[in-house]
Amino acid sequence: MSEKRRPHILVTGAAGALAQKVINQLRGTCDLVAVDFREQVYLGDDIPSYRIDFTKRVFEDLFRRYQFDGVIHLGRIMSSQLTRMRRYNANVLGTQKLLDLSHKYGIKRVVVLSTFHVYGAVAYNPALIDESAPLKSAGLSADLVDSVELENLANIYLWRYPDLNITILRPCNIVGPGVRNTMSNLLASERAPALAGFSPMMQFIHIDDMSDAIVQAYKKPVRGVFNVAPQDWVAYQHALKLCGCKRIPIPSIPPAVPKLILRTLKLRSFPSYLMAFFKYPVVIDGRAFAREFDFEPKRPLMEIFRFYRDNKKPV
Amino acid sequence: MSLATFLKSRLIPEELDQHINRIRKPIGTLGYDPWGYNNEAIKYGFALTKQIYEKYFRVSADGIENIPADGPVLIIANHSGQLPIDGLLIGYALASRKKDPRIPRAMIERFFPTVPWLGNLLNEVGAVLGDPVNCAKMLANDEAVIVFPEGVRGSGKLYQDRYELKRFGNGFMHLAMKYNAPIVPVGVVGCEETIPAIANIKPLAKALGIPYAPIALPVILPAKVHLNVGAPMYFDDLEIPEERVTERVEMVKAEISRLIDKGLSERKRLF
Repeated sequence: MSEKRRPHILVTGAAGALAQKVINQLRGTCDLVAVDFREQVYLGDDIPSYRIDFTKRVFEDLFRRYQFDGVIHLGRIMSSQLTRMRRYNANVLGTQKLLDLSHKYGIKRVVVLSTFHVYGAVAYNPALIDESAPLKSAGLSADLVDSVELENLANIYLWRYPDLNITILRPCNIVGPGVRNTMSNLLASERAPALAGFSPMMQFIHIDDMSDAIVQAYKKPVRGVFNVAPQDWVAYQHALKLCGCKRIPIPSIPPAVPKLILRTLKLRSFPSYLMAFFKYPVVIDGRAFAREFDFEPKRPLMEIFRFYRDNKKPV
Repeated sequence: MSLATFLKSRLIPEELDQHINRIRKPIGTLGYDPWGYNNEAIKYGFALTKQIYEKYFRVSADGIENIPADGPVLIIANHSGQLPIDGLLIGYALASRKKDPRIPRAMIERFFPTVPWLGNLLNEVGAVLGDPVNCAKMLANDEAVIVFPEGVRGSGKLYQDRYELKRFGNGFMHLAMKYNAPIVPVGVVGCEETIPAIANIKPLAKALGIPYAPIALPVILPAKVHLNVGAPMYFDDLEIPEERVTERVEMVKAEISRLIDKGLSERKRLF
């Protein structure tokens, strides 16, 4: 009698810190294949790793060869990387290809990583936004359109192909060791910009907790869209203080001034299209996910901030 | 001793510190809640408001014990006097009551979050953007919420229209019914005289993006303020047509009107 087959899972975005955490959690029990759009990473002899463009035909060969049972799609190109068009191609068209192939090869479980940025930062946002709230981001900045489109696409496949069992996760700011997104880079820096007079409430999730959330979500095939955020909140400027960052105030009124300043400076660390997120709160309600997947974040905010404070000057 | 600790020790007496800490609040590990309320900031706000409440407006609060000690509750009042002083005073009256104090949340105008410093400051002391979703989530969190159903129609009215109740929105009644929250009516007397306005320059308000631009003295007059808190009103959550909801809103409005008349008749002098 043959031994029970270990599940085969395709993990995208393998060059990112989050994907590597997820891979480490699953490698003991699953056969993984790692792919990334950006670079090929070595993850050990047991895990085949590829650098591949999802929109190219060779991508399908992986599905033929490895007969995947599930896909964990973390390979989102963040809004701070690449140009708008390349990001659109990778995030939207790439995801479409991935979902088409998943359907064609009978995949039974798909987890897609999205972001809370899709809700958009506006002054009139209520707090504790739940999953059914409109996604205002696309109307606010052309640089976030790909994030919203990626979600829409995943949503269409969610309803059209229920067998794929798609779960879309919208986490708050993912931070912690190894994370290279805008927020993590700001917290890690010596000096961080802040809009004068604005200190919106923010939520942070530790990368290890997020990795737990993804693994837990993968194991329970419940379809749907879920926010992922701990039940803890802090104001942006207070978070900077706790991380030992010096705050550099950017004049905030009239509203055209900070936009002009940021557009002129073109700071990688503080892009102008994310400015609204440092002005108005986007506080999401993660309770539905916590209930459904029995998830509880284990790393408190102070632990996260202590890490950033203690690692200001890398050895 | 750092400057912050020194200031705190001077401004916030030990007794006040303990008073605030005793009030149970659903906050996170760093003292914040999702709407930006901050347990440390409120202590400064409380110490400052104490002076304004006791010395400047010499508020007399009648029936403050009518507000339930726990569970969701909507505190509904008439709005007046250009600035949201009435909300501040009702909030302080409830937060400082001897038995079962609560820190209520006030729903504020949509334009405040766009104002630097002030927006954050108001959030830190418990004020929240007046959005129905916010109100619903707070009632679900068992908070006491102060709502002025007249909105800017009430606060922006001119001195000649004082103590005239403007149209009440129906939103608060729907929320009270859905979340089984009692409604506590409050009649505020005195705030109309704090900033008497004789006209409203609408084009200026529009140009500045603010709700109204009153012509008034650039001072806040020390009118004596009377708060009359009525008995809680309970409404069932039956599916009823909108006109029946409006009837219920009118009941609350009539009760507030009665409380205002009571305050006006008890008032000896304006200041």
